[in-house]
Amino acid sequence: IGFRDVWMLLIIGACTWIAVRIFYLLYRSGKPLYNRSPGPLRTLIVLGSGGHTAEMMNLLSAMDLHLFKPRYYIAAASDGMSLQKARVFEDSLNGEAVGSCRFEQIYRSREVGQSYITSICTTLIALIHALRLMISIRPQVILCNGPGTCIPLCAIAFAFKAVGMRWSSIFYVESIARVKRLSLSGYLVYKLRMADVVFVQWPQLKDKYPRANYVGRLM
Amino acid sequence: DDGSESGRRVVFVTVGTTSFDKLVGAVDSEDVKKALFERDYTHLVIQMGRGRYLPSKCGGEDGGSSISVDYFTFSSDIAEFLKSASLVISHAGRSGSIFETLRMRKPLIVVVNEDLMDNHQTELAEELAERSHLFCARPHTLCETISSLHLDSLVPYEPGDAKPVAKVINRFLGFTDE
Repeated sequence: IGFRDVWMLLIIGACTWIAVRIFYLLYRSGKPLYNRSPGPLRTLIVLGSGGHTAEMMNLLSAMDLHLFKPRYYIAAASDGMSLQKARVFEDSLNGEAVGSCRFEQIYRSREVGQSYITSICTTLIALIHALRLMISIRPQVILCNGPGTCIPLCAIAFAFKAVGMRWSSIFYVESIARVKRLSLSGYLVYKLRMADVVFVQWPQLKDKYPRANYVGRLM
Repeated sequence: DDGSESGRRVVFVTVGTTSFDKLVGAVDSEDVKKALFERDYTHLVIQMGRGRYLPSKCGGEDGGSSISVDYFTFSSDIAEFLKSASLVISHAGRSGSIFETLRMRKPLIVVVNEDLMDNHQTELAEELAERSHLFCARPHTLCETISSLHLDSLVPYEPGDAKPVAKVINRFLGFTDE
């Protein structure tokens, strides 16, 4: 047995292991956690411009925030308003809900109207940046509401799961502006089963995508 | 409740940060201004954003026999204008501005910009129109919509509640209701 054979065995072994993990994950995806560590969960919140952030703030206001901390807010680098809104929201909290929080910016995979060729380059840069952030944050819960910024983060969280690192529950809430069709992010997250729970805000989407959850609107 | 002191009923037109000359032009047309005046609106305020079409200002000098028109490009406090309006005519824009107007219980006509590609924002406006929370129109049908306006047919929009979503998340994570 020569070097090449050993390498081949290692690569086949690794691929098989990852394939098994992915099948296991797809099977487990969407099933509630049963082995959660006690105490509050490290939560990553992905913010998007405009309506997205407003909806996310509505959701956070309704949650038991003392169970979700510390909180990490990520917004696209080109979006200044969203992190500011998040800061204002955190400042308005009191009691047990208050926790340490961090505000980060991430490069966008693709700006609106950007050519698809340069988009590949920027997506790679965004992926690397997202990877560094995810390794630094290691969230147990990821909340996102639709902007393209969440795709690299969700993909990386899913990849982590595939190799057995850090089990994060991913919750994706499709924007209220999506009534009849899912956004590109929503479609990817739903079809590739990257999110554990996908929420839609209109019954028509629930009819079209049966695995989605419809429990009313955020706004 | 339109806060009309001394019978002042304002129609507020807003295009946000976009350029929507077709809407501004339609609103500034004689037909639409006449239709608004006949429905007892006294003032027309146009927030024209990045558009190039300039409406013609007029103070209703002809003894109050036509609607008085004013316009500006941007404002840092659109909410104030929404608050004092009796009717809001808006571009389809961001869902946030539509819900802001609905929360204030203001009658709202959303005008779709047909020149925009990927008009997914119209899905929301059309759904809300179907549920009678607002009216939907195109720039060329605006006059007709205004003439046949039935404000009584509008159903107030009840704000959504994020609690059910939070509950599903809690259950998934194994947090029992305390």
